[in-house]
Formats: sequence, C-alpha cells, structure tokens
Amino acid sequence: MKRALLVIIVGVLYVLHQDFWFWRAAHPLVFGFLPVGLFYHACYTVATVLVMMLLVRIAWPSELEEGVGEERGRDAERGRDAARGGGGEAQVRPLSPSPPLPLSAEREDT
Amino acid sequence: MIPTVVVFAYLGVVLYIGIFAFRKSRHREEAEDYFLANRSLGPYVFLFSLFGTNMTAFAILGSSGHAFNNGIVTFGLMASSSALIIPLSLFLIGTRVWALGKKYGFITPVQMFRDRWECSHIGTVIFVVQAALLIPYIIIGVMGGGTALSAISGGRVPYWFGGAVVAMVVMSYVFFGGMRGTAWVNTFQTILFLCFGAIALIVIGIGMGGFQQSAEALLGSPGTAPLMTRERISPLYFFSYTFIPLSSIAFPHITIFCLTARKMNQFKKTVVLYPVCMLALWMPCVFLGVMANRATGVPKIEEKIEARRALATQGPRLTADERDNLRAKTAGDDVLLLLLERYAPLWLAGLLGAGIMAAVMASDSQILALSTMFTEDVFAFYGGKKRFGEAAQVHTGRLFIVLITIFAYAVALRAPQNIFDLAVQYAFSGYSALSPLLVAALYWKRSTKWGALASTIWCAVSVAAVALFQYLVPAPAGPPVAMWSVAGVDVLSRTAGGTAVFGLMPVVPMTIISALLLILVSLLTSRPGQATMRRYFHAV
Repeated sequence: MKRALLVIIVGVLYVLHQDFWFWRAAHPLVFGFLPVGLFYHACYTVATVLVMMLLVRIAWPSELEEGVGEERGRDAERGRDAARGGGGEAQVRPLSPSPPLPLSAEREDT
Repeated sequence: MIPTVVVFAYLGVVLYIGIFAFRKSRHREEAEDYFLANRSLGPYVFLFSLFGTNMTAFAILGSSGHAFNNGIVTFGLMASSSALIIPLSLFLIGTRVWALGKKYGFITPVQMFRDRWECSHIGTVIFVVQAALLIPYIIIGVMGGGTALSAISGGRVPYWFGGAVVAMVVMSYVFFGGMRGTAWVNTFQTILFLCFGAIALIVIGIGMGGFQQSAEALLGSPGTAPLMTRERISPLYFFSYTFIPLSSIAFPHITIFCLTARKMNQFKKTVVLYPVCMLALWMPCVFLGVMANRATGVPKIEEKIEARRALATQGPRLTADERDNLRAKTAGDDVLLLLLERYAPLWLAGLLGAGIMAAVMASDSQILALSTMFTEDVFAFYGGKKRFGEAAQVHTGRLFIVLITIFAYAVALRAPQNIFDLAVQYAFSGYSALSPLLVAALYWKRSTKWGALASTIWCAVSVAAVALFQYLVPAPAGPPVAMWSVAGVDVLSRTAGGTAVFGLMPVVPMTIISALLLILVSLLTSRPGQATMRRYFHAV
C-alpha cells in the first residue's frame, strides 16, 4: 500500500513537471524579477527533495545490504572471475546461495 | 592577468590533490584500489563527487549559454527534470548496482552484464558502444577547458593552449590518483562551483544595478520578452527532454561511481541532496544567462545579440553556410565569463573563473571510466591480467588515460560545434537509449543477452542515423522542415536545433524502441541458467 502510494506520488511529480499552464506567462514576477515559470520550477525542485526524503524514509531497500559483508570475499572472486571469463560464450557460472537482491534566434523546437 | 594567475593557482591545487591521493594510497598496484578507491568513499565525498561528475562544461557554460538564447526554459528543460530523474535512478538502480558490485566484485557495468546474462563477446559489443558514446563527453571537457581558460584570460591564453593545459592537469591527477584522486578533486571542485553560483549572482546583480529593472526591460522588448517565458520551446520538446536524464545512470562513469560507496547508506544523502545541488548551481547560471541579454558595455554580447537578430530577420534568405556562421556567433557559452569580466572586481573574477574551471574539468571521471572499462572489460577479460598480472593491468589503465586524453585533445581542436549540442545530441541520447539494459538486468528475470544485444545495436545505429541525418540535411533558418510525412503528420523533421520525430526529440523513440527490442528479443530467446538467476533474484 505504502509502495503504491509512493509510485503515485512520483508519477504525479513527473506530470507536474509539464506545467503548460505557465507556458507563455512571465507575470507575476516573483520578488520583482523572477518570472513565474522559473519560480515554479524552483519550487518543483524543492518538492523533489521532499519526495526523495519520503522515498529514503519509507522505501529504503535495506534488504540489499543483507549478507553483503560476509559473502563478499568469496562471491566477489567468483563473480568477477566469471565476468572476466576469458573467452567463449558458454562459461560455467559460479553457484552460490543468493540473498535478494542552440540555439539562436530561432525556436529550438522549430 | 590576475584572473589568469588565480586560475593557474587553482589548477596547481587540483594537481596537488591528485598527487596527494596517490601518496596516500597503500595498494597502488591493485585494480580495485586504483579504479574504485577500494570501495571506501564516505557520504559527503560520495555526494559531491557524484554531483561534480555529472556536471560537465555544459552545467555552467552551456546552461547559461542556452538560457542566453532560449530563456528561462533551460532550467525546467535540464535542471528540474534531472532533479527528479537522477536521484530516482540512483535510488532504484544505483543501490542495486552497488550491492551486486560489493557482493560479486564487479568494477564495470559490462562485468555485471556478462555475469547476469552469461555472455562474453556481447559484453564486448556493449563496451564498444559505451566507449564510443563516452568519447564525445570527454571531448566536451577539453573544449570547455580551452574556451574557459581563453575567456578568463581575456584571450591571452589561446584556445589550443587552454585546452592543452586543462587536458594535461586532468590527465595527471587521474593518472596518479585514480578514483581516489578523482573523487577528492571532484569534491573540492563541486564545493567551489556551488559557491560560485551564489557569489556570481550577487556580484553581477549589484553590477547591473539589481535585476528588477533588467527583468522589466527584457519583458518590455518584443525581441527579448519570450526569453522570460517558455514559448520558444514546444511542450512536446519539453516533455521529450525528460528522457535525457535517464542517461545519467547509464553513463559508465556514474555506474562505476556507484560502486565506490563504502556503505549503501551513503546513497541516502546523495538521493535527498542531489536536487538541492541542482538548484544551487543551475538557478543562478540560467537566470544570469537570461539577464546577460540586458548587459551593457559588453561588445561581445552585443555582437551575439546582433547575430541572433540577423538570423531571425534574414535567415531564410541566407545560404546554409552563412546561417551556420551566424549561429556560431550567437553561441552563448562564454556569456557568464563575459559578465564576470564586466561586473566583478579582478580578484573576484579570478576566483569565480576558478569556479567555472572546476565545472569544466569534470571530464576526469569519464577518462578514468574509459580506462577502467578498457582494462577490465578488454585487457583483463581477454587474458591480459592472467598473463601479465594485476600491476600490469593498472599500468595499462594509466597508459590508456594518456592516450585517450591526447586523442580527445586532438579532436577538440578540430571540432567547431557548440559544447551543448555535441553533448546532448550524441552522448546523452545514446546513453538514455542504453538505460533499459540496466533496468532489465536488475529487475527483469526474463531478459536475455540477445535482447541486450538487440537494444545495444539499435542504440548505436540510431545515434549514427541521427548524426548522419543532421550532417546531410542543413538546419533550416525558421520553422521545422518536414522530411517525411504520412497522412499529413510530420514523422521526421529537420529543425534549427536538431531533429524531431513526431515533434519529439529523437531520444524518445530511441529509448522506447530500445526497450521494446530488448523485451521482444528476450521473449524469443532463452534466459540464463537457474544458477545465475538464483544469484540475482530471490525466487526464480
């Protein structure tokens, strides 16, 4: 449930990036000099920080770290040797118990 | 003269950091130590270094130049979309790559692909395509170095010499310091150029008498008012640009960098603070780029504006060569430097120039990544390490660094194209199209080596096709020229800025077709054996 909610939040954030509603508007000038379209995207960037905080807090994939320390020595040698292989397509894969894992004056688009 | 001296002093500091890293290293002859800093980077070095690695010449010079000609849209186009996509890809892909690398000892993405899909020569094909796409990125760094040093010195240092100095310094600290040296230098550089943005904004703002008047004046003129909105770019183009940041995690230097963290927890700060860094760097650069249109007493900026005006009014009547000539004159990669020269006191212009150099010199990680890939994916894989030993592998890596730097410099001297275009059109789009490979390797059990091969070949062919198309068909002066239409719908068009497919940037069809090919061919071929699947996934 939490995960689905996070996916929706990220999806909404992506959609909010396409802010066609401020496309041709410069006013109001925020602080007297910042066009509203630019201000919107500054706020948008701050919103991404909040969403990233939420992701890290709620959906951090800590299960990926399980067993990494202990297994590392043995599996590292096996995995890398396998990947470094030395030739043919068909190699014997090592077995191991597995934890989870411009513009110019013209328009750019024109 | 003073700015030049400050910048050269900065280059000396950077060189020293690289050599200091070399002296601190206890296992100089070990590949994992040289290429991955022994997987030992702490949270802040990881964050700043990763951010600095992602920010090349275009982050400061290209962004302000693009904003100078296109307006505020540059921020939404490149910065805020990256602020979402890049941390998200680090969260979803970077952490998994780290875990697999730590567990199985991978040093390069190709090692992981070879192991995951039980392949060898297909891995070599992926290496070749990745390397071919990475080289333009390295060239950007050398070109940016030449442009920046020449501009900071007021033309006293010629472009060829500036490029050579920057290439030599970068090559030296990468050569000696390896990943540790590169990460430390990147951290230092990132802190420097993050400070640069805020200081430049304040100094130039004061120099221009505040931004309020300039903003009003820009809005008051029909020629510049569109720069304060996004009307120069279509919403479709804007949308398609969100595919470009997908390239970040697929760039081998970023994937490799994910392997350097000491703990997975170190991704947390990077994921959260990456958008903050984007805002701190890009907002001032984009805003100042737009404001440069109101700078007074800067003849070079006035020439650019004049060339832009000529292009807009006489463009259709000019020959393709004349248009290209005018386009080259409008290129705004040096506007920020020109603003500093005009408004900042000399000593400060020097410091700020060093900040710009810091961003420009981000090609270090790409050079190191290419060397890492060559030594691991080719030299070691085809028996070099077994025959000559690990020390020879590290020496080969260092030799490769020298050769690739010389090559990049030679090309940079001949390549006239503007920094930004070169990067986006070839390297970025190509890597975005390669990103489905990582997703499939990490998340899709059914993916196969043949699917990966199909996707990789498509990526190479489509990048070459776009490059060839743009080479053969000259850019129009005005609206897009449809080259292929079906039932009144423009399928393929040549635009002033590049190519459009259904009005979208080529990166969109390139990435979607790459993913579809991977899926389709994978479903038609047999997947890796049970043993491999068990190593990568919980339940098969």
